[in-house]
Amino acid sequence: MMAKPTIITESSPALEAEEAPVTKKSPVAGPLGWADDRLGLAKLGRGNLRKVFPDHWSFLLGEVALYSFVILLLTGVFLTIWYKPSMAEIEYAGSYQLMKGIPMSEALSSTLNISFDVRGGLLVRQIHHWAALLFVAAAFVHMLRVFFTGAFRKPREVNWLIGVGLLSMSLIAGFAGYSLPDDLLSGTGLRFVDGLIRSIPIIGTWAEFFVFGGQFPGDIIIPRLYMVHILLVPGLLLGLISAHLALVVYHKHTQYPGPGRTENNVVGYPLFPVYMAKAGGFFFVVFGLLVLMGGLFQINPVWLYGPYDPAKITAGSQPDWYMGFVEGAIRIVPNWETHIWGTTWSWNVFVPGLGMMGLLFGLLAAWPFVEAWLTGDKREHHVLDRPRNVPTRTALGVAGITAFSLFMIGGGNDIIATRFRLDLNAITLFLRVAVFVLPVIAFLITRRVCIGLQRADKERVLHGSESGIISRAPDGGYSEPHLPISVDEQYTLTSHLQHAVLEAGPTADENGIRIKQKVSPLRARLSRWFLEHDAAKPTAAELEEAASHGVGGVREIEAAEARALEESSNR
Amino acid sequence: MSHDNLPVKDPGLGQPVANPGLEEHVERYTDENPAAGNRAYAAIVGMLAAVPVLAIAFVVIYFAVPRDTYVKFGVINANAQNVGFGITGGLAVLLIGLACVQWARVIMTDAESVEYRHSAGSPPEARAAVAEQFSEGVEQSRFGRRKLIGGALAGALGFSIIPAVVLFADMGPWPTRSKREETIEATIWAEGVRIVNDVTFTPIKPSDVEIGQLINAQPENLQDFHGAQMAIEKAKCSLIVVRMDPASIKIPESRRDWQVGGILAYSKICTHVGCPISLWERQTHNLLCPCHQSMFDLSDSGVVVFGPAARSLPQLPIKVNSEGYLVAQSDFTVPVGPSFFERDSRVDFQKGDA
Repeated sequence: MMAKPTIITESSPALEAEEAPVTKKSPVAGPLGWADDRLGLAKLGRGNLRKVFPDHWSFLLGEVALYSFVILLLTGVFLTIWYKPSMAEIEYAGSYQLMKGIPMSEALSSTLNISFDVRGGLLVRQIHHWAALLFVAAAFVHMLRVFFTGAFRKPREVNWLIGVGLLSMSLIAGFAGYSLPDDLLSGTGLRFVDGLIRSIPIIGTWAEFFVFGGQFPGDIIIPRLYMVHILLVPGLLLGLISAHLALVVYHKHTQYPGPGRTENNVVGYPLFPVYMAKAGGFFFVVFGLLVLMGGLFQINPVWLYGPYDPAKITAGSQPDWYMGFVEGAIRIVPNWETHIWGTTWSWNVFVPGLGMMGLLFGLLAAWPFVEAWLTGDKREHHVLDRPRNVPTRTALGVAGITAFSLFMIGGGNDIIATRFRLDLNAITLFLRVAVFVLPVIAFLITRRVCIGLQRADKERVLHGSESGIISRAPDGGYSEPHLPISVDEQYTLTSHLQHAVLEAGPTADENGIRIKQKVSPLRARLSRWFLEHDAAKPTAAELEEAASHGVGGVREIEAAEARALEESSNR
Repeated sequence: MSHDNLPVKDPGLGQPVANPGLEEHVERYTDENPAAGNRAYAAIVGMLAAVPVLAIAFVVIYFAVPRDTYVKFGVINANAQNVGFGITGGLAVLLIGLACVQWARVIMTDAESVEYRHSAGSPPEARAAVAEQFSEGVEQSRFGRRKLIGGALAGALGFSIIPAVVLFADMGPWPTRSKREETIEATIWAEGVRIVNDVTFTPIKPSDVEIGQLINAQPENLQDFHGAQMAIEKAKCSLIVVRMDPASIKIPESRRDWQVGGILAYSKICTHVGCPISLWERQTHNLLCPCHQSMFDLSDSGVVVFGPAARSLPQLPIKVNSEGYLVAQSDFTVPVGPSFFERDSRVDFQKGDA
């Protein structure tokens, strides 16, 4: 092998191009040839340069998250040039007149400096904050897309887990960044975190003293959060994002069902040049919009809040949107606390605070494995589900969104009370019930809607689409003929796989000896709950029968016309 | 590319309609109509040509517009430089993106291509080869005959983590009982410490306080602290002083001498997660925390009326000193602020206590 490496490169397009007796020099001959001699780039490029990616708007959501992250890195580096992660107290001496002479931490002073004295500093600060909000939002919506289309199924479970890790990391990154300016709002957020950490049973006080270096607020939490925000979490994010993307390349992207699309192929456009231009261009679109937002939409005006003071607070204090569900849970939970043997178990803070996040990420991480267990599905899936075709999963997703939204509404119960002139306590009491009841109602409605859509699909496949023409038969009856749909559409609507409900296995073999059940009765029951509501898709026999009746009633029209003609000629 | 090791063997499983193959390619308007193609081409070049203009405008704004110029337009009152940077820079970047996307959409080929997938798993030969290489490696390691090395190595690695963990023991002081008693379980309130206004630091006489009035207060000795230590103390000792009509409030027997003529003092730090509470409803005597909307009844020893807080607001016993100023009788009788595990909360005031 070592002796003749040229065998490999001889067949590479790079060398073939070089040997070709054309006058026009190949672009991969000069500098790229030099690089290939050392790095073997051509081998890498041969498989990947023309890699095919499918096209769909929903595939852009993850891209938005990725690009927001890149923009966060770029703008974040700019901000570190001036930001001072120090809680040392100084007198503000910058150019913002209303704060002149006010004692504040160096962190806030340098944040004001970036906002008022560094040209373009405010722009970059605001881009950074908007990008952070967009990053988490895009990640959430991307995750919903993956959930509703079943893109987490085999072989992508590991990538789903990486995604869950990314999402949780992004919340930590966002929260740590939110705390850095050390203004009144971010200090209030830290006060909350202090209460949250303290509430952890048994180790809470120790965790508080270790995180804050003693009592709240101390003078070391901001330098520590700075390290978390610019080194630890971005490092982890970068590593996880690389793995996330590497797996996307390795698995090849999923695609929506359609003619010519199968589990064994991927239909789309080549990376070079189409996706390089599209995805590369899309990075600039996201960046451009964020720059416009940074220039035109104010966010986090810390100079209005002033320095943090543990004795001060403003009404309407809110975290950034992605912590809203935790905030809401904290607000609406009943005041349960256990006092026993001289200890305090603060369920009212611990359960909604850390419990909510644990619940969200726990459920997300477990779902691909739970679903595979319910369906008994071991097949690879590269063609996406249309959400209606998995009614129970889709309904669970909508129930989850409902619960998340209600908790988020709880996080703004004071704002809602004052804006809509409602009673604050009534909102809280309503939400205490609603977070349990409304998701169930949403679940039932969504599943119904999905089943209805499945039946409509079946109707459309078997009987065609409504023509919009009302025809009157000689006997006076009215009917609307249907037009047949294309085979392409018929295929798209019927190509999904419907799983059979798992049945509980026998408890004894043919000789009556007890054996371990392959499928337990519980699993069979849950499988039934998950699968039995599917409206069966048309079978080949049904299709054939419908076709012989004249799909779409076109033949009926023809027959009626022929009859009419016959009658008139008979007269 | 070889077409073995495909993800599934039966791509048509359960499909009642046979796969009709890729849909027919429909030619784009820009391909069909040369004029339209040229217009799209011109639009792309035009977008890119605008970028240098915007970039130069950005630089001009950087150097020519003074930092403290503001644009006023209706409700908008924004820093001119920031708005200028946003519009020029944002549009420049956006146009690059739109031009590239448009190039890909209407000029580059729109013929779809098909690529075969491969099962994520390796082909069986590869698995077999790896399994064989692995057992060969195990064999060469002589692990089979000298098993103790494995156990010893695992143990060594396990123990080597201990020093790494112990290294973090200095992240903060250890909240042992004595440490807690001098930190989170104590404030700087003490016998005779004067209650002062939190802004002016002037001491307060009972006659200064009207019925219904709420004063944000601090201990006078807070001024002895600076920087971080002051913030730490302030996060515990902040106080609210209210005066209510003694006839309209419930004062339990045990707290009869904790007040001065209807003037009561409570911790300002919420017992939920520690926000300073300050929304005072004069008529109902309720105090609302703006963070999570816990409501405390100051006319009933600070018990929780509504919301997520579980414990009453700690009350500070106060009196009048020889000069006629309000002072503390002692520190708070229970730790202030949010709950923590080692807190003995059995002695906190509960509704109905005498």
